[in-house]
Amino acid sequence: MTHATLPDDRPTPRVLTSGASVNDGSVSLGAGVNTRRNESTLFRFATAGSVDDGKSTLVGRLLHDSKAILADQLESVARTSAERGFGGEPGAIDFALLTDGLRAEREQGITIDVAYRYFSTGRRSFILADCPGHVQYTRNMVTGAATADAVVVLVDARKGVLEQTRRHLAVVQLLRVPHVVVAVNKIDLLGYDEAAFAAVATDVSALVRDLGLPEAHVIPVSALAGDNVVERSANTPWYEGPALLELLETLPPLDELESDLEALRMPVQLVIRPQGALAHDVADPVSYRDHRAFAGRITSGTVRVGDEVQVFPGGATTTVVGIDAGPVALEAASAPQSVALRLADELDAARGAVIAASGSLPAARSELDAAVFQLDPRPLVPGARVLVKSGTSTVQALVTAVHGRRDLATLALEPADRLDVNDIGQVALRLAAELPVEPYAEHRRAGAFLVIHPQDGATLAAAIVSGPTSTTASTATTTEGAAA
Amino acid sequence: MRVAPVSEITTTTSTVAEARPRLSALDTLESEAIHIIREVVAEFERPVLLFSGGKDSVVVLHLAAKAFWPARVPFPVLHVDTGHNFPEVIDFRDRTVERFGIRLEVASVQDYLDDGRVQERADGTRNPLQTQPLLDAIAAGRHDAVFGGARRDEDKARAKERILSLRDEFGQWDPRNQRPELWDLYNGRHTVGQHVRAFPISNWTELDVWRYIEREGIELPPLYYAHEREVYRRDGMWRAVSPVSPPRADEHVERRTVRYRTVGDMSCTGAVESDAASVAEVVREVATSTLTERGATRADDRISEAAMEDRKKDGYF
Repeated sequence: MTHATLPDDRPTPRVLTSGASVNDGSVSLGAGVNTRRNESTLFRFATAGSVDDGKSTLVGRLLHDSKAILADQLESVARTSAERGFGGEPGAIDFALLTDGLRAEREQGITIDVAYRYFSTGRRSFILADCPGHVQYTRNMVTGAATADAVVVLVDARKGVLEQTRRHLAVVQLLRVPHVVVAVNKIDLLGYDEAAFAAVATDVSALVRDLGLPEAHVIPVSALAGDNVVERSANTPWYEGPALLELLETLPPLDELESDLEALRMPVQLVIRPQGALAHDVADPVSYRDHRAFAGRITSGTVRVGDEVQVFPGGATTTVVGIDAGPVALEAASAPQSVALRLADELDAARGAVIAASGSLPAARSELDAAVFQLDPRPLVPGARVLVKSGTSTVQALVTAVHGRRDLATLALEPADRLDVNDIGQVALRLAAELPVEPYAEHRRAGAFLVIHPQDGATLAAAIVSGPTSTTASTATTTEGAAA
Repeated sequence: MRVAPVSEITTTTSTVAEARPRLSALDTLESEAIHIIREVVAEFERPVLLFSGGKDSVVVLHLAAKAFWPARVPFPVLHVDTGHNFPEVIDFRDRTVERFGIRLEVASVQDYLDDGRVQERADGTRNPLQTQPLLDAIAAGRHDAVFGGARRDEDKARAKERILSLRDEFGQWDPRNQRPELWDLYNGRHTVGQHVRAFPISNWTELDVWRYIEREGIELPPLYYAHEREVYRRDGMWRAVSPVSPPRADEHVERRTVRYRTVGDMSCTGAVESDAASVAEVVREVATSTLTERGATRADDRISEAAMEDRKKDGYF
């Protein structure tokens, strides 16, 4: 494959600035909404933006207006705000203090590390990864976006699209985050001017097209004044789209988009064999004497009792005879459930094995091309000996080549012989043992891995397997001759 | 393999969101926690669970039981005993350990006070004194992984904690030098002397914990539910009258119906007035509470804006 551009078969980008019917308008927040929480579903999103875009203020506003900030927290923040002379008016609150959890962050007035926040509405429970906007902390952006169902990128309406915006959206594209929301903040400072917003939206549209993102939702907001954050604002009558929270309540999450559409994969974490050591509540100890079940979290697809499955390595075929969720036997289970599978045949499978739908067994590979997000200050160079952690396997690996570094403005690959911290590049790796990895674009959880320092154990880089699959796989199997 | 049609991938209307049944938020959190517990057991030699008898550690123990069923929970529990415990909690701890058939390790703060290795604080609070006995117990048990029930919603410093958190030989947490944590790949590699703290319910809120206790029928120490108790008012909280937390002469003792939202050292844990006598009533109360559990009940977290961060850096939970 060529590394000049990313393989992309995705549709023409759409930028949705208005008219997207994503909500029935029945958002209501307030005391008591939490009582329906057990029926709600989980949605993970990350926020990113440049310094001073007002990201912490937006996060504080979301938490405050969705009643996730409780009285004692508000009181503590109000006290600190007053002590530091925040704002002109008495009682004005510096929302950033709600999220800057570390002493150094409060002292320097910047966010250093990803902070996780929790709030819920009647429909959804949200996990918010609040990612710092400094260039030197891009690794946190990667961390926050890796598991996100959506990323909210802040843009200052007065400054428009910046280099940082490009970097953030490039990360979003590479990690294939399902939904992109661009919040054009501080629209109040431009007198809620439609033309100013339209100009930014046009630039966003061009950037989204350049990067090959599928679409972006662009919303005019004022985090400070609360416009279009939780409720649609009367100050922007020209904007017909949803408020930010309305949108986040209705976008379909990753698991829903992917899991049911893909074949079963379950990396085996460990084998449950109680032998003599049975749990106290096992009613019939004798029947569990030879119990043996493969424990793992389903990463994609659905498994049903009676399904034929294949097991990596080796490819042996067997039948699922039981699905256990603790003491409860299930008829079927889907991603992302944690279960234990009982199989008809005695297989010599252990941690690192993958149970897959019959006929869909991933190819064993020992040569990989991967997009790499360099997270450690020590550069990644050809010849480096590292560990690769993928699924439930960790194997030794050799960096055989650094193909280049991506220009984050264009995503084009430029020549480079090493990757420095915060670089995103393309490398080749040879693994000491074959793994059932798959291209990230086809199968997210089987295509993501960590690059780890073999001595001190530091996470050096996050990486995703580039496509296509099969050609390298068969070559690797024959040349290495490694028996699975 | 089948790949999603492009039109489905990019659909953003709410009809799709409702069309397919999904795991509830609680099921997703349970699945994530069980995955983490199994990863740690698979990759470490000698894990242990910090077990106070408090609701969060009880939930983690319950999750561990589910993760390995029908096998017994494959690790012991460790209690850091301040000597200022509620007797009901110690009784609950002992019954629970016996029921699950697991081993209990105890690190006793009183032993350290008796032989002078640590000294009583002027304010009488023993929470900060737990760090040394905890670290010694981890070293003595050669535990390379220590499960805890800490949640990110408890405190601003905890909001920045990883699910797997590396601690150095001194048990210290270095918030500025944390490993990035991506996808569900947990890097637990460590060198000799280091250990890892693992927080399977990092992403749960107090309400999630209570909903789960309700759904799973999990037993808790009785003081989590409304009961009558001799209390007095201090620092805006109701404090129990006990030998280790006596009222001062100017503090008026009265009988009130209270419950505890957190269960810790008697000398610094306060009760809240409540009529919530059942788990369903507690769930309703927590859902509408206007105070965080630490704000309502922990004197030690009121010391400063960074109280928790400072204790964590020193090796606290």
